[in-house]
Amino acid sequence: MAKPRLDGEARAGLAMISPTLLFAILLLAAPLAAIFAVSFMTDGYLVIIREFTLENYRAVLTEPIYRQVMARSLGVAGLVTLVTVILAFPVAYFVSFVVRPERKALWLFLITIPFWTSYLIRVFLWKIILGYDGVINATLTGIGLIDQPLGFLLYNVNAIVITLAHAYAPFAILPIFVALEKIDRSLLEAGRDLGESRLMTFWRVTLPLAMPGVLAAVLIVFIPTMGDYVTPELIGGGRIPMIAKLVQTQIMALDNKPLGAAIAVTSMIIVTVLALIFLALNRRFLRARS
Amino acid sequence: MKFSGLRAYSILYLLFLYAPILLLPLFAFNDGTVIAFPLRGFTTDWFAQMAGNASLRRAVGNSLIIAISTAVLATALGIFAARATTRYRFPAKGGIMGLVMLPLVLPEIIVAMSLLVVLLALGIELSLLTVILGHTLLCLPYTIAILSTAFNALDQSLEEAAYDLGETKIGAFRLVILPMVMPGIISSLLMSFTISLDEFIIAFFLAGSQPTLPTYIFSQLRFPAAVPVVMALGTVLVALSILLLTLAEFFRRRGVARTGQSNSGGFL
Repeated sequence: MAKPRLDGEARAGLAMISPTLLFAILLLAAPLAAIFAVSFMTDGYLVIIREFTLENYRAVLTEPIYRQVMARSLGVAGLVTLVTVILAFPVAYFVSFVVRPERKALWLFLITIPFWTSYLIRVFLWKIILGYDGVINATLTGIGLIDQPLGFLLYNVNAIVITLAHAYAPFAILPIFVALEKIDRSLLEAGRDLGESRLMTFWRVTLPLAMPGVLAAVLIVFIPTMGDYVTPELIGGGRIPMIAKLVQTQIMALDNKPLGAAIAVTSMIIVTVLALIFLALNRRFLRARS
Repeated sequence: MKFSGLRAYSILYLLFLYAPILLLPLFAFNDGTVIAFPLRGFTTDWFAQMAGNASLRRAVGNSLIIAISTAVLATALGIFAARATTRYRFPAKGGIMGLVMLPLVLPEIIVAMSLLVVLLALGIELSLLTVILGHTLLCLPYTIAILSTAFNALDQSLEEAAYDLGETKIGAFRLVILPMVMPGIISSLLMSFTISLDEFIIAFFLAGSQPTLPTYIFSQLRFPAAVPVVMALGTVLVALSILLLTLAEFFRRRGVARTGQSNSGGFL
């Protein structure tokens, strides 16, 4: 059975998109396929031995050091996501429900501006604020409130959480805002008319309807924090290595590309599975809505 | 006011967002090598030191070359994709777009490492060009999103009118379509320029020995004595990105006005 030939429109469309597609195949699909292939090979001295093996994955999944870094990355990314989304929700709610319509664009603009200023500089600023001789310590010592600088401010998970919750704030606010904007306001009035309190209306009407936005925010914050390199380096001081550092060390410093590739692929699989679970949850909420 | 608690919280949150950035100008003009309150005297020394720094100038030069090339390349490729998806129906559209938009949900370190492994295996020397290619990949989803909005707003009957009046395909594109989507193109250029200028991971791993602005800043962060100059540099960068952002928003609004949509005020 011959496949139907492409009609003129399909040909024109494919021709039009071909430069972009070719670029994405060469620079994205091919390298990802290569990483996937390399992850099943063995590291020889300065060369990669092209024999199929699952040894790298066995190492990633069973050796404590890799498991520990994976678990830590998941834990830190999860905590960052939780804090970021919980802090962001009231702001999104405020902009959507309280701010007058003509002022909303201004608020969104104000919220997004810090996001467009250099990420590296923002992370570094938190190091300056929290550091041993940083703004908080030097100021507190200067005015005589403490004698010794506080050592517990920087180089720990809390500092990473503060920095990333700050860095990803707009990513969390915007999707929640969009979901809240879509809520039919008459539903809330109906809830109130039927005798629900303001709090119960929020709990039983607003929050479930805002859930797709919240889940989108969770994904948008979780995925990049999981693979973040700069913050664990600068704010964690290298003492709390996460996946990005592990992959980089294996591929570059230790020159064990197959193992590095296996770590990268494993973390991608973990992120994808989590993302799919979240998307499935999102679909359930959307279905409940219609 | 009924929701005063919520309002107070939101204003506090904005302060939290802006507090670190507000430190930049404070300490960039502060006459002291230690970054701490209380402030000392006023000085512009750090800006002078910054301007006289040769390796910084080299990094800025590199970053500008990369950002401008990336902006042009990503916008050009974005135009092909946006035009194709908004104008034509073709098979595998979803799959193709899924691939092109993938960098949005892929941790950057994975993109950087997979590119690095392939480039090393092929024996391609790391240079500014490899960074440009990587940055273009990262910027493509953003340029496509912006440009699709612009192309979507086109009224196809205008294009058909041009054909009826005897224009060729290229003529119609140049005279009718291009002017209509020009605001989208400009804001796509600005957006990818800004993203590229700020991007660290790809530049860090794919530039070889060439410094870019973010990798230069990263290398300076180890030296406490260099911090005030970095603060001055940060001040300039923040001022520039706010300027670029305001320009991009201006062109976006003009584009919205030109194609007769209502302004939803969204930044996404």
